[in-house]
Amino acid sequence: MSAKSTNQKAWLLVAPVVILVAFNAVIPLMTVVNYSVQETFGDNLFFFEGMKWFEEVLASERFHDSLLRQLQFTFIILAIEVPLGVAIALAMPRKGFWASVCLVLMAMPLLIPWNVVGAMWNIFALPDIGLLGKTLNAMGFDYNFTRQPVAAWVTLIAMDVWHWTSLVVLLSYAGLSAIPDAYYQAARIDGASSWAVFRYIQLPKLKHVLTIAVLLRFMDSFNIYTEPFVLTGGGPGNSTTLLSLDLVKIALGQFDLGPAAAMSLIYFLIILLFSWIFYTVMTRGEDK
Amino acid sequence: MARIELKDLRHSYLPHPQRADDYALKKVDLVWDNGGAYALLGPSGCGKTTLLNIISGLLCPSEGSILFDGVEVNDLSPEQRQIAQVFQFPVVYDTMTVYDNLAFPLRNRHVAEKQVDERVRAVAEMTDLTDMLHSKAAGLTADGKQKISLGRGLVREDVNVIMFDEPLTVIDPHLKWRLRSKLKELHQRVRMTMIYVTHDQTEALTFADRVVVMHDGWVVQQGTPVELFERPRHTFVGHFIGSPGMNLMPCELADGGARVAGHRIALERAITAPRDAARLELGVRPEFVRFVAPDSEGALPVDVVGVRDTGRSRIVETDFAGHKVRALVPEGVAVPGGRTGVSFEPSRTQIYADGWIVE
Repeated sequence: MSAKSTNQKAWLLVAPVVILVAFNAVIPLMTVVNYSVQETFGDNLFFFEGMKWFEEVLASERFHDSLLRQLQFTFIILAIEVPLGVAIALAMPRKGFWASVCLVLMAMPLLIPWNVVGAMWNIFALPDIGLLGKTLNAMGFDYNFTRQPVAAWVTLIAMDVWHWTSLVVLLSYAGLSAIPDAYYQAARIDGASSWAVFRYIQLPKLKHVLTIAVLLRFMDSFNIYTEPFVLTGGGPGNSTTLLSLDLVKIALGQFDLGPAAAMSLIYFLIILLFSWIFYTVMTRGEDK
Repeated sequence: MARIELKDLRHSYLPHPQRADDYALKKVDLVWDNGGAYALLGPSGCGKTTLLNIISGLLCPSEGSILFDGVEVNDLSPEQRQIAQVFQFPVVYDTMTVYDNLAFPLRNRHVAEKQVDERVRAVAEMTDLTDMLHSKAAGLTADGKQKISLGRGLVREDVNVIMFDEPLTVIDPHLKWRLRSKLKELHQRVRMTMIYVTHDQTEALTFADRVVVMHDGWVVQQGTPVELFERPRHTFVGHFIGSPGMNLMPCELADGGARVAGHRIALERAITAPRDAARLELGVRPEFVRFVAPDSEGALPVDVVGVRDTGRSRIVETDFAGHKVRALVPEGVAVPGGRTGVSFEPSRTQIYADGWIVE
């Protein structure tokens, strides 16, 4: 054994956190694991079923469809929000009165409760009374997000872009502000074009914040529930039923605890896996 | 290459400067000759970087003009002025290789790839980067990165001036000395005008043929290292350059000499103070203070207070009628103790009126 003395009292300091995490994360998670391997009947009757629910969920077309919709949604909003966020951050003034105004405006959508965002967009987009819906129809577009899957998707994506692009903007803005003036001065002296400045100075320096932005947006959008629930409720039909909406339908609508629990775990593992892949790819080639 | 003139240059960072203190640069007139190695020396906040950024075109001066070969360039951008600048902290383009970093200023100017290759290899040779040309710039150490910055400064042959803004701040002391000698050597090889900004007198005096000393927005002296040492034109130069700095004490002028606390001090020649001078000071460097027998002709009575050994010589601190006077005594010469006498070498004793030398 090593002669190094270990201070066992340190565990006492960690204990409150361990207990808290146990109650709010570990125990609920274990309950889900427990459900996922059992068949549930009324009167609290449980029968062990092994991997049956996992096999069933993984094989079900319904799960495939909602997973595909979820992936579509996530990649579309990432493809819009990340470049758009960076572009807005680049266009924002660096200092002075207008910088503060822009920052406050940008922070605004992030401060609004999620179900309010959904309700706002629902009303905003209603074809008969909503400002957006009515205007579009008046302009000759046949737009009704409660009936047309494409219109529902466009509205859903517009809402998410409106709600969450600010996060990318604020992160990128912070990243841009951290670039020392000397880089811009050196670039001017080296005769770099503004594209070169972006390509060789700003983008590389933004790499870390963009990694975080992409990860956060990926995880959040994969978990999205409230806004589409309020906006479309998964409809029309199942066209906007994302993973979380489907999960809630199974768990609470049909009260199929076993399949819902298995699906939750698969869902969780997918997010973990994708996040890990993103992180590994984006931080590849860096010093240990 | 060009001869650079600064005429009546003033600069303030405030939109409506009122008082002299609002100006970061207070009236600068300077000429930088083609091919010279200059140092711009002064403490932090004296306006060195402001002056440098005005020459490079990153800042537009509030007043006055900058001329390159007699042509005013005030409104020209840094690219148009054809200058190179190396900053205090290394600026490298992280995603590029060392080679691409060095080639960047040339490629931006659409130089033919064959010439780019020639120049990059030549500069890599000069800055010891040849072995790393194809590695990513991001992986280099701080001094490796600063070598890239230096290299990017040197890579263009058509520049009017290369400016270095305290380029060795982040470099390890043992490498500092090497890079500085390297720069000096490079200057002798390429003969471009170089301006080296620093607050370190050793750096300035070893690099430059001529040193420009700045203080509080003023250029207080421009001269060779020897001139700065032997004839500081301002008390600031006196105490900023030299280790330890010049001894300064309030004095009066009377019958062809100076008087400090009732003691007559001989000067090289009779000096008349300007009539409106509020404050007269006598200055003499510790190198020109000699110990003499207390009863000899013209000896000033002092009490030895302390001795500090610097290795090569000793600094003897004495008290002369309430004024601190330091003397430099070479190793191997006895240092007197207690009450003794000193004399100041008349040809090296200067009189300053309100900080400026009286001639």
